Amino acid sequence: MQNLDQIALEAAAAFAATDDPDTLEQIKSRYLGKSGQITELLKGMAKLAPEEKKQAGAAINRAKVSIENALADRRDAIRRLALEARLAEESLDVTLPGRSEMRGGLHPVTRTLERIEALFRSIGFEVADGPEIEADFQNFTALNTPEDHPARSMHDTFYLLDEQGKVAEDILLRTHTSPIQVRYMQAHVAKYAHLETMPEIRIIAPGRVYRVDSDATHSPMFHQVEGLWIGEKVSFADLKGVVADFLRRFFESDDLQVRFRPSFFPFTEPSAEIDVAFMSGTLKGRWLEIAGCGMVHPNVLQHVGIDPEMYVGFAFGMGPDRLTMLRYGVNDLRLFFDGDLRFLRQFV
Amino acid sequence: MKFSESWLRTFVNPALTGTEFTHLLTMAGLEVEEEESVAPQFNNVIVAQVLEVTKHPDADRLNVCRVDIGRDTPAQIVCGAPNVAAGLKVPCALPGANLPGDFKIKIAKVRGIESSGMLCSAKELGIAEDASGLLVLPSDAPVGQDIRRYLDLDDRLLTLKLTPNRADCLSLTGIAREVAALTGAPMTLPVIEPVSATIDAQRTIVLDAPEACPLYCGRVIAGVNAKSPTPEWMKRCLECSGIRSISALVDITNYVMLELGQPLHAFDNAKLEGAIHARMAAPQEKILLLNEQTLELQDDVLLIADDKRPLAMAGIMGGEDSGITLDTTEMFLESAFFAPKAIAGRARRYGFGSDASHRFERGVDFGTARAALERASRLIVDICGGQAGPVCETTATLPARAPVRLRPSRVAKVLGIAFSDDEIAALFTRLGLPFTRDNADFVVTPPSYRFDFEIEVDLIEEIARLHGYDNIPAPAPQAALAMLPQTEDTRPLFRVRQILADRGFQEVVNYAFIEESWEADFAANASPIRLANPIASQMSVMRSTLIGGLVANVTTNLKRKQNRIRVFETGRCFYRDANGGPVTGFRQPLKLAGLAYGTAQPEQWGTPSRNVDFFDIKGEVELLLAPKTARFEKATHPAMHPGRCAQIIVEGRVVGHIGELHPQWQQKYELPLAPVVFELELDVLTQSRLPKFSEVSKLPPVIRDLAIVVDQKLEYRQIIDGLEGKLPTLIQDIRLFDVYTGKGVEQGKKSLAFRIVMQDTQRTLQDAEIDVAMQQLITSLQNNFAAQLRV
Repeated sequence: MQNLDQIALEAAAAFAATDDPDTLEQIKSRYLGKSGQITELLKGMAKLAPEEKKQAGAAINRAKVSIENALADRRDAIRRLALEARLAEESLDVTLPGRSEMRGGLHPVTRTLERIEALFRSIGFEVADGPEIEADFQNFTALNTPEDHPARSMHDTFYLLDEQGKVAEDILLRTHTSPIQVRYMQAHVAKYAHLETMPEIRIIAPGRVYRVDSDATHSPMFHQVEGLWIGEKVSFADLKGVVADFLRRFFESDDLQVRFRPSFFPFTEPSAEIDVAFMSGTLKGRWLEIAGCGMVHPNVLQHVGIDPEMYVGFAFGMGPDRLTMLRYGVNDLRLFFDGDLRFLRQFV
Repeated sequence: MKFSESWLRTFVNPALTGTEFTHLLTMAGLEVEEEESVAPQFNNVIVAQVLEVTKHPDADRLNVCRVDIGRDTPAQIVCGAPNVAAGLKVPCALPGANLPGDFKIKIAKVRGIESSGMLCSAKELGIAEDASGLLVLPSDAPVGQDIRRYLDLDDRLLTLKLTPNRADCLSLTGIAREVAALTGAPMTLPVIEPVSATIDAQRTIVLDAPEACPLYCGRVIAGVNAKSPTPEWMKRCLECSGIRSISALVDITNYVMLELGQPLHAFDNAKLEGAIHARMAAPQEKILLLNEQTLELQDDVLLIADDKRPLAMAGIMGGEDSGITLDTTEMFLESAFFAPKAIAGRARRYGFGSDASHRFERGVDFGTARAALERASRLIVDICGGQAGPVCETTATLPARAPVRLRPSRVAKVLGIAFSDDEIAALFTRLGLPFTRDNADFVVTPPSYRFDFEIEVDLIEEIARLHGYDNIPAPAPQAALAMLPQTEDTRPLFRVRQILADRGFQEVVNYAFIEESWEADFAANASPIRLANPIASQMSVMRSTLIGGLVANVTTNLKRKQNRIRVFETGRCFYRDANGGPVTGFRQPLKLAGLAYGTAQPEQWGTPSRNVDFFDIKGEVELLLAPKTARFEKATHPAMHPGRCAQIIVEGRVVGHIGELHPQWQQKYELPLAPVVFELELDVLTQSRLPKFSEVSKLPPVIRDLAIVVDQKLEYRQIIDGLEGKLPTLIQDIRLFDVYTGKGVEQGKKSLAFRIVMQDTQRTLQDAEIDVAMQQLITSLQNNFAAQLRV
């Protein structure tokens, strides 16, 4: 029986000596295979007497179980080693950059326009749009801007040539987004002509506008957002409330100082310029002109068919380019129209 | 409007500091655009008198002066100024003085001679540019007095940015009237002593265009000495207002204009013949103006003329031939009212402007014309001598000042706060507006100096202004709550832009006016919409495609060493179109264009680098259009490579193009690589659709692969279109997963490999029916496209 123990020990040692699963199985067959030592011993039992058979059988089985256990342990160990080796081999430099598209971004002024629209939508203003090549009527006449007003001169307004190469007097590039308001009011009046009282108008009109002006602080094309609220009970006090609220939300600054001072626009009366002053930052304490506004002039309402006795309202206009510059600290307006990716990528 | 604060304070002097004064004006709508000191800061400079001048022994250009500085003993000062002379009164900086530019004065030896101070030029004090010699002071200047006090150098210059409705504030009197109304401080106006006629000379005045010129006053003043010097005080007032002193007569007319707001004009009476006419110009009538410009006039220009020839563009500028000179002895002085409508825009039309036209086109107080003439006559006679003739005055119908009715209830409606009748009455009284009451209403008669009171709201504005905009509350507005529509079948433009941004495209904003050649190159447009007054030739036509701007973005960024560029823009494009609207004759659709240049992916270690190609960007466009699916058909576009260009069709409509930039333009615009560009109508991107439910199968799909060989020229699209409607219903999807040419495939052919997905939502498919469906598909491919099975 000593021989059996010896075999089991030998087998265990042989198992332990290999790392290779195939070799392990070959070693296994030396003991447990068809002509393996243990198998041979079991076969040899046939020659034994019944009593010896029982005794020897038990002993051989013990040795077999011992060898099988050693084999199973070694299999596990080899599998574990293989896994460890694989994991070690598969390990990555996780600090290498990811493989992905670079994110693009919106133009900084688009960001501003989106915020402006969202803020005004939150108090029920819709967004209106209109053409950029405009008729003189919508851009000037309907807005109470008389023919000799300086704004109508070649000096400020871009005019177009007709197909014969002559100046088309009644066609121009809009100088503000107010014509959108004119068109909206005209359509609104037509739409509700059958009602005794027309519903309120609450819109903002963003877009590109054009003026003959180009230097460090003026671009011949720039952006504007105008707002309009017409109803039966809309007052100058409401105008102050809405615009001041907007400016504080836009700049996310509850302590922003906002002041209204008398001014003049042909299409509003009373008219005001709006100045803001920040309470911190590099511009702290300086009054900065930021918008123009006023109560819609009765002549404007009349031009679009709204009864100025019954309805009143306010309009305001501001420059999203300037709002963007103040918000992000941009120091040169021309950067907005230059397409320089090094600048634009800062707003991703 | 620029003036010195001290001059204004001689008219009205409220108890306000300089800063408070500025704030008051600004908040009343007379915006102080600029405030500057008359002189920069300096100290220890006094009025001194040069007593004796001797040559410096060791320097040719220097003198040693004995100077009375108002102390017991005179000071010895070395001076290099050429105009130094005994008896002169000049500014003297004493030792310890700190002059502008941080220049400190100490007792020092100049070439061996001790000098205890410095005699100063105007430039050294920072009050004028003149550095040619010492600033010579009047002989009555008190020796020893601080020069800042003597020259009033602590005074401030204010520049008002006046709105066009406030022409009444284009004079010191007008601003003073406003300050008095705002503060209640009393106002002292200059006393005008009329000059009685001592000679008979006069001229007949004929108002040929009485609407344009309803009032004309003039008088002859003879025996004037045009060479008389302008008094210092007057020069100073003019200088502070930015007007150069020219000669006493001219200075006086400018001074009265600043003081009273009435522009005056002085003619040389010897050069006039016959009557004075205020008439419209004849067509093509010519005039040589004071600024040496000869104009050919249109017939809507008002002229002052004599019997023979035009003398002046009324209210705008005098003529060269009839104006006063230093040799004038007999003058004809004009003070008239010209209607704003007759003056407005005329000067600008000929490319200039003047202080007079600036005032007349906004409105001059017609009640002041005669007073201003008298005021100027008095100053002329006092300063230049002479004898005045009688005032010749002709009047037609002056602008009506119709009473304006104000309803207190309307004030409350417009402003959002109520004013009592007493408050309104008090405000009107402060403004000096005469009014009567008609039941609840106020009836106000506008004064002649206010051209901005015509309707009720003009008065409401005035009430708000005087009350103070700051004193009107700013409550949160109240309105009926109603939700805005949220249409699900449209998506906001911001969302569309965000998709592209998320895919690596950077939004740009390019000018809508571009170089004419861009229209030719990228849109084959030979007759673009041209601007009449472009700002530059490269901004002279309106764009009909956004592509040119994006190509230019590539050029600019390549120069800045940005080698991978993905940009997009949304904006309007412009076309002449007889059926276009809403502006007749034009179509102005919003478009979106994108461009990709350089590598397909950002420079990185993990993927082989290759340049972006048509299909990369086609994929982006498909993604952008989803959930809509587009057809891409081979097409041509002026900007694009003819073999690598497709038109994009959505719901049967061509909505745009995609393609590689035409090699011709790649070369012309010097791009090392070919960009891929696309342009789409924006409405197709902002319209979306509501999702619609369809049954989801609980059974697994059956998948078979199929490879066929077809003619190389056969388009994939043709196969898909050809199979449309002919497929067995259980084939749910056919996906192309490989396209191959080369070894193993006959020349001129290509192999296409498809993955066929079959499914029935209700039951498990049997092998037999799968085989039948596949066979049907194969037969269809064989019959229609001469396809061979590839094994």
